[in-house]
Amino acid sequence: MNVADVKVCVLRIEGTNCELEMAECFRRLGAQAEILHLKQLTGECSPDKKRQLSEYQILMLPGGFSSGDYVRAGAIFAARMKNALMRDLVDFVEKGYAIGGICNGFQILVELGLLPGIDKTYSEVPEVALGINDSARFECRPTYVKCESSGKCVFTRNIRKGRNLLIPSAHAEGKLILPDGKADEMLQRMIEQDQIVFRYVDYMGNYSGYPWNPNGSIYNIAGICNSTGNVFGMMPHPERVFYRIQHPDWTQNDIGENVGDGRAIFESVLSYITKKF
Amino acid sequence: MFFPTMEKYTVEVKVELKKGVTDPEGENTKKALALLGFNAIESVRSLRVYELMVSAETKEKAIAIAEESCRKLLANPVIHNYKIMVKEL
Repeated sequence: MNVADVKVCVLRIEGTNCELEMAECFRRLGAQAEILHLKQLTGECSPDKKRQLSEYQILMLPGGFSSGDYVRAGAIFAARMKNALMRDLVDFVEKGYAIGGICNGFQILVELGLLPGIDKTYSEVPEVALGINDSARFECRPTYVKCESSGKCVFTRNIRKGRNLLIPSAHAEGKLILPDGKADEMLQRMIEQDQIVFRYVDYMGNYSGYPWNPNGSIYNIAGICNSTGNVFGMMPHPERVFYRIQHPDWTQNDIGENVGDGRAIFESVLSYITKKF
Repeated sequence: MFFPTMEKYTVEVKVELKKGVTDPEGENTKKALALLGFNAIESVRSLRVYELMVSAETKEKAIAIAEESCRKLLANPVIHNYKIMVKEL
């Protein structure tokens, strides 16, 4: 299919606040993006606003503070989706369409049980957690991540493995925690299945602790995908570095064609969809 | 016809971090308290308490409803334990 025919659903509820940039990234690459409230998919709205998830090829869960981050970040958004949409979501994933979650979206995918999705499409209770940062603070600054994916993740296929990207982070609950006792085994499985997509590094590209890893995440993990590669979540915000001039050091270097480090993520998923469907 | 009578129960749900999961909120609070001179406080653990007013036929059913709410929303089993207690009125 052509890029112009690709339909992207950017889903929000109250407290989501990164939906505009997210939709704009896809529009500027030529796709159609629509910002929907969750109620438009669950049917709790006027008939003209109703939508079906099956009308879209990409579902994006943007950043923000859905439902005020009450209970746990993303927990309420996920519980509402689980209640009304789980079958549609599983169907969407199994058909090979792409779901991406950025920041709060990653937290939602984890709470939904769609990530890490090591053996199955989804688990009824979350298998991992995104806990409070080790610093107990909201960490907001540019961070460096290294692409670790060998090609499984459909959101990073245009990014060479080992390439370092500068992508800003802004979160208080981004520390990936694996269950006690099973952590090593799970991590090993995820590495074997090429599910580790991004890891935090310092400006030289070495895996480093705080402050380079803003949250204390296990194995420096910044982003993961499921075992089929079409569900992806990351804490840093690629939509905030779509253009080179959005990088903090843009005045010091030649901006070239004005391509920011985050852009390849959107290009990758669009090229995956256009090739596959 | 028989209508079961519904009672109101106040159910307290305590959600705490599992042993071994770091508690940055607690640790930082402890640090701040130490800076204020509270050297006698040896540890601080943060936990969350929800008080639910539940209508149910029996106490056991009220507890079961609270448990379901923990499973579906209030706790993440990877990092949390929870305790449920019905408050006597």
